Amino acid sequence: MLPRYILKRLLGAIPTLLILITIAFFLIRIAPGGPFDEDKALPPEIMANLEAKYNLDQPLVIQYFLYLGSVARGDLGPSFQYSDFTVNELIAEGFPVSIRLGVSALFLALLFGVLIGTIAAWRQNSRLDYALMGSAMTGIAIPNFVLAPILILLFAVYAGWLPAGGWGGGAARNMVLPVIALALPYMAYVARLTRGSMVETLRSDFVRTARAKGLPEWKILGKHSLKVALLPVVSYLGPAAAAIITGSVVIEQIFGLPGMGRYFVQGALNRDYTLVMGVVIVIGLLIVVFNLIVDIIYALIDPRIRYE
Amino acid sequence: MRYLVTIPALLMLALVLSACGERAEPESDVPVQRWNLPEVIFTEDGRPDPSILAPVQVLHRGNGTQPQGLDPHVTEGVPSSNVQRDLFEGLLSRAADSSIIPGVAERWEISEDGFTWTFFLRENARWSNGDVMTAEDWLFSFRRIVNPATGSRFAILLNPILHAEDIIAGRRPVEDLGVRVIDDFTLEIDLEAPNPLLQEVLTHSLASPVHRPSIEAHGDRWARPGSMVSNGPYMLEELAMQSHIRLVRNPYYWDNDNVIIDEVIFYPTEDLSAELMRYRAGELSWTYEVPNTQFNWIQANLADELAVSDWLGIYYFGFNTTREPFNDPRVTKALSMAIDREIITDKLTRFGQRPAFAFTPPGIPGYEPPAPEWAAWTQDQREEHARALLAQAGFGPDNPLRLEIRYNTHEDHRRISLAIAAMWQQSLGVYASLINEEFRVFLNTRRQRAVTEVFRSGWIGNYLDPMYFLELFFTDNPQNDVGFFNPEFDRLLNRAARAADLEERLGLLREAEILVLETQPFAPIYTYVSARLVKPYVRGWEPNVLDQHPTRFMFLLRQDPVRQGAD
Repeated sequence: MLPRYILKRLLGAIPTLLILITIAFFLIRIAPGGPFDEDKALPPEIMANLEAKYNLDQPLVIQYFLYLGSVARGDLGPSFQYSDFTVNELIAEGFPVSIRLGVSALFLALLFGVLIGTIAAWRQNSRLDYALMGSAMTGIAIPNFVLAPILILLFAVYAGWLPAGGWGGGAARNMVLPVIALALPYMAYVARLTRGSMVETLRSDFVRTARAKGLPEWKILGKHSLKVALLPVVSYLGPAAAAIITGSVVIEQIFGLPGMGRYFVQGALNRDYTLVMGVVIVIGLLIVVFNLIVDIIYALIDPRIRYE
Repeated sequence: MRYLVTIPALLMLALVLSACGERAEPESDVPVQRWNLPEVIFTEDGRPDPSILAPVQVLHRGNGTQPQGLDPHVTEGVPSSNVQRDLFEGLLSRAADSSIIPGVAERWEISEDGFTWTFFLRENARWSNGDVMTAEDWLFSFRRIVNPATGSRFAILLNPILHAEDIIAGRRPVEDLGVRVIDDFTLEIDLEAPNPLLQEVLTHSLASPVHRPSIEAHGDRWARPGSMVSNGPYMLEELAMQSHIRLVRNPYYWDNDNVIIDEVIFYPTEDLSAELMRYRAGELSWTYEVPNTQFNWIQANLADELAVSDWLGIYYFGFNTTREPFNDPRVTKALSMAIDREIITDKLTRFGQRPAFAFTPPGIPGYEPPAPEWAAWTQDQREEHARALLAQAGFGPDNPLRLEIRYNTHEDHRRISLAIAAMWQQSLGVYASLINEEFRVFLNTRRQRAVTEVFRSGWIGNYLDPMYFLELFFTDNPQNDVGFFNPEFDRLLNRAARAADLEERLGLLREAEILVLETQPFAPIYTYVSARLVKPYVRGWEPNVLDQHPTRFMFLLRQDPVRQGAD
């Protein structure tokens, strides 16, 4: 039943992606300026040479169908800006970086977020609870473009423990600061969500029954309550995954990481049409997949939900 | 327990507070690194004495944005050029101080009529795979640049070469290009017209040679590690997009014996604050720029490592003279005169930029940029005169001039536009509104000359020729965003372009510049500086107006341990 469900969902994503591609394709073309506009204006002859080279001299609708055709073949086209590379190559290099960054951050956010939230709910309305939730609120309020430079200043410039930037081939020490900077706001959010639903769960009848039966506290918290309390957190995972992937744009920029997110912003600014489209498609696919995963987890945790 | 948990909250608060401090006030307790460097001694042949050199010669250079690519004929932009200048060597090259020196051509001769340049190539010049470089390589390279199929964005730089312009436009076959192979080591270039500054063009990274067999074997993918063969002091070892580009010494380079730095790594860092952090953490020894916002902090803490020098660029406000009332020179002159340039350079840009009154920046040998007479006046005199001019043009308290200042979204441009708007309002009673646009939108609006009134602009020279600046106001130039039109100006430029004698060429250009300054279709504001942080152990580079710093002349000093307690 599960494979059929997954297949159905993935097939259902095709029209979504098609709409996404269409809107993005025409939207970026509406933006004034083209990929070859630079501070130094190009003479018309050279502009014509370049446009011919990249098929930009064709009518827009023809370009659209040409593009759809090549996407269907898995070819995202050449990059206008990074002329030595194709978009496939650029994404192939940047994607693993962004994913490693994003998944690590998501994992960290979940692990500590749930832990902190559970502790806070368990010691509800104590000073511990207030301190944790106060910190969480601060964590949500500080955007990561503020947090990241502070972390760099403290741990790279003053203490010298960790590098201030760069990927270093994905070495752990290069990942620590970016992952923390990326994860903190989400960790804080997850902590608040967990606390909220945990507090509610701890007041429910089955917990009272469990306590009456004399089950140890850790078992009540960790096994019975958590499973129920995690539902809102799981449903937050879909949007959180999307937000972390787009949030990594800023982090990649600040830490100088060779991820895919950087291409998104630079591609848009440079009117690198194919590059932007490529990143849009990959992010769109990612979000579809993440939502699917979330739905599957949801059904696994909550017996009331079944694959239809 | 209770105290333990309040620590995270306190830490957060401390973090926030320290963040505020970082921006506004210079910190006092910053760990400033002390350097204990040996005295620089040179051997008899002018090379740094081996005893003073660091055992590991690896240079880490901040390099702005990710270079577009490394194919010198296709790409453009300063970050690409910086890497290409280390990878390739042109017929002519530049020394550390940016003066022109022989490159692959050992010497060159100019025919009496000035139409033909003959280059005598080094017989010991090699490609990085050991292949001998011959005149054929140059013929292939120059033809590739002007070939429309190459899609070179900067090919027009070669316009001085016979038929280049027609070939680029597709009106003539590539074989017609005025480049001839005489023998393996002699190359001749025929020009459209005598041009005493051809050497300036030939040092541009665009005019680099490319290795024909590599291009034929790898096509568009030749400019990558493993397939790129280059002829400069360095060769490409690693290209990690958005991360770094690593070049290593080219053992076949003809002057390899004099190259000291073994490896140079270029890092793209668009975020200037992030670049500063990486510099402070010791990951970079050379930054691309410095963030303006950190001026106070850098002055207080890293003043010794801040390298500022004049740069061949002009920041200006253009007036769209195709529209009323900016077609009236009295209006544009009045607006230009009312700008107090010193306030802008002293209070806003602050890194030592100079107030400008001409369009061509200083620094071009043999060319003294002309200044209008009011450049020598006090600001009060200028403003008084400006008010009179504006009144003559029909604007005054009863009929105030209203205009729009347009700039591309950027904090520096916004601050300068605000300051200028305030100056105009205060001294002339002009009402200016500010409009900002994203860069490429802005470029487009500016070029259309339809809605722009006053706009921000800048222009940076790639080589030392006033023509590079003044041709912006040539009637047909696609970059003539101010819509300047003066047949006399065009005639002077055309004559200058055909003058065989350098002095005559520069004289005609100066005449043309005086002409354009008379009506002020733009208000020059300041000339650029390049400002960067350089670790004190990086030596062998010299400040220059082109801001070109080839790694081949640099070296790293040995760092001796600093004795504890010694002050």
